[in-house]
Amino acid sequence: MEAQRSVADMKPGDSAIISGFLDENISVKLLEMGFLPGTAVRFNFTAPLGDPVCVSVSGYDLSLRLQEASTISILS
Amino acid sequence: MAKKIKVALAGKPNSGKSSLFNQLTGLNQKIGNFPGITVDKRTGTCSLSDQTLAEIIDLPGTYSLYPRTLDEKIVAEVFADQKGTYYPDAVVLVADATNLKNCMLLLTQLMDLRLPTVLALNMMDLAAQSGQSIDIQELSVTLDVPVVMINARTGQGIQDLKKVLAGTLTPSSKPIFQIEPEIQSAVSKVKSRFILKTDYEAYQYLQQTDNLHFLTATDREFIKQVAQSEKFFPHKYQGAETVTRYGFIQDLLNKVTLKTLDPGWKKRSYRIDKVLTHKIWGYLIFLAILFLIFQSIFAWAQIPMDFIDSSFAALSNYLDAVFPEGPFFDLITQGIIPGIGGIVIFIPQIAILFACISILEESGYMARVVFLMDKIMRKFGLSGKSVVPLISGMACAIPAIMATRTIENWKDRLITIFVTPLMSCSARLPVFTILVALIIPENKLFGFFNYQGLVLMALYLLGFIAALLSAWVLQAIVKAKEPSYLIMEMPTYRRPRWANVGLTLVEKTKSFVFEAGKVILAISVILWVLASYGPPETMRNAEAVVRQLAPAGTSESELEDRIAAYKLEHSYAGIIGKGMEPVIAPLGYDWKIGIALVTSFAAREVFVSTIATIYSLGSTEDQTTIKAKLESEVNPETGTPRYTTAVGLSLLVFYTFAMQCMSTLAVVKRETKGWKWPMIQLIYMTVLAYVSAFIIYQSLS
Repeated sequence: MEAQRSVADMKPGDSAIISGFLDENISVKLLEMGFLPGTAVRFNFTAPLGDPVCVSVSGYDLSLRLQEASTISILS
Repeated sequence: MAKKIKVALAGKPNSGKSSLFNQLTGLNQKIGNFPGITVDKRTGTCSLSDQTLAEIIDLPGTYSLYPRTLDEKIVAEVFADQKGTYYPDAVVLVADATNLKNCMLLLTQLMDLRLPTVLALNMMDLAAQSGQSIDIQELSVTLDVPVVMINARTGQGIQDLKKVLAGTLTPSSKPIFQIEPEIQSAVSKVKSRFILKTDYEAYQYLQQTDNLHFLTATDREFIKQVAQSEKFFPHKYQGAETVTRYGFIQDLLNKVTLKTLDPGWKKRSYRIDKVLTHKIWGYLIFLAILFLIFQSIFAWAQIPMDFIDSSFAALSNYLDAVFPEGPFFDLITQGIIPGIGGIVIFIPQIAILFACISILEESGYMARVVFLMDKIMRKFGLSGKSVVPLISGMACAIPAIMATRTIENWKDRLITIFVTPLMSCSARLPVFTILVALIIPENKLFGFFNYQGLVLMALYLLGFIAALLSAWVLQAIVKAKEPSYLIMEMPTYRRPRWANVGLTLVEKTKSFVFEAGKVILAISVILWVLASYGPPETMRNAEAVVRQLAPAGTSESELEDRIAAYKLEHSYAGIIGKGMEPVIAPLGYDWKIGIALVTSFAAREVFVSTIATIYSLGSTEDQTTIKAKLESEVNPETGTPRYTTAVGLSLLVFYTFAMQCMSTLAVVKRETKGWKWPMIQLIYMTVLAYVSAFIIYQSLS
């Protein structure tokens, strides 16, 4: 079985659909910011040191750490 | 008689809420605190029509009723407390039309609380540029909420908004979120106990029991018991609620918006980001901006500061001349006026700093700074959001510590508060300059770098490194209450609105003057008393003793200076200084420096004026005079100059590390809600300063 992929595995320029969350504590915050299962997320670019990353979701740009990005599972 | 209504402004950060607030209230605004908690409350008045006056309350920017930071807790509190002083008669939800989706979450929650709400669509011009059109009519009908298009930057649509607010507003009749059947009984219990209007209010009581400060301890106990017996798990239901709401919002937006998919208007922002978050350029530009900020704080602020300094000295002298003799008038001319001067003198620097920070925030650049620095800062137990407080700390720790409120995580925030006072603030600068001028030769390294300048820079670096290392140590000690995260919107770059910058500057400076000013003033007065009074006997004889001891032919002004010095030596402050001598002798200090240490505990910049008094310079604070005096000061035991390189460096290091600022302690106490952290900070910084100064002095002498 292929390992569960998350937003943290994406490369700049990639798009994917959010499938769910792996960490319940942080998921309520992510949901509020528009990371909804079924919506598209686009990986824009990373900070110079590789973390945090900038993604587009629900029509706007957000920065989050790889640690948070890794709790958002995706279908690709 | 005009009727007065209360209007709250709500909305997500960067939606133009502050601009709208400024448009509505202009200069009729004031900052206060919400009672009991330390969140800035911005209120202002606005005349809606001939008959209606509105008190406008600007709430912190939030995406929903659920708070992420300390400031945001107030939002739920204001909206859930029907009996509260700030419970609004109407709410204006400011929405960014270019990104309606995440503005609507809070709106649907307000609708469920049955608050009369107006939806103000801001930035319609940008939405149009992005090829997006919104069916306002349909939006308003579907939500059963009046919708007004505004441009908060130019003021367009503000009159329409006022008209709607002045009319009769009713809550929306459309419920959005239905309470799940399994928690209905918990909700009903809470609802009937507190006699609430809606189920959703009761649901909020259950969700945010600890955030709602208006609930009494027994109320909370009751709610918690209900939650436990009815198996109400806040997290689980909050997630489900958000998904339901977004489901509704998505359907609504599909119906009312027509848009082309090309985010072409964002291309400019992306292009700017390519440069500003570039591996090399990104950091270089950030450094250049920092350099520019410091240049303006230290070089450009000097002119108004010199002016303020001389004006207050002149005022003091003038009043001294006109007032009759007496302790009351001395208190005014030597205690209160210099005390006020000590606050006012920082205004130029603080105003410039706030202007710079507010420009960076308005333009959207601050989010990029956080983005660039987060990984580096995290290595030291801080967060990207700690950068702004640390930079501000180089002007003054007080606003810097207040700026930590944007940090969501308690541990990150605490560590930032703890280390910020180690950043060399502008109050250390006068102490640094005089001591550096005294002990470091004016030679140039390679004929280019001025030694004095290098030492000064090294002192700033020393403070910065100490801050990072302390943070690194602290992260291992402090236990995290919750995991740290950084989920932050990256706003599109836009030109700062100068009126907003100006108003922020005025407000922040005002709150600094009144918050910190009170403490600085009070302490200056206490110190003045300590330094001017001593055991009555000795003080009374001071003049006679000095006159007797002075060699014949000493001029009258010289005599007066000596009397002042003698009085200070025998004052209560002097007694304390002498008592300290055994403790500070290993650092190379004598009782005179001891007095300066005592007085600079209140505020370190007092060092220079204290030294001036001790070495009997009268009221001159001219640096060259002080320098000459200090140079000629002799250590009576050895007969060599008192201010050797070892003593000077030891003092410099001491002032770099020591917590010598009562106002900072007061602010830390307020922000951490208790004396525990300010006390730990005080002890830690004093020990650090003492040990470092001890090592420096002992190894150099």
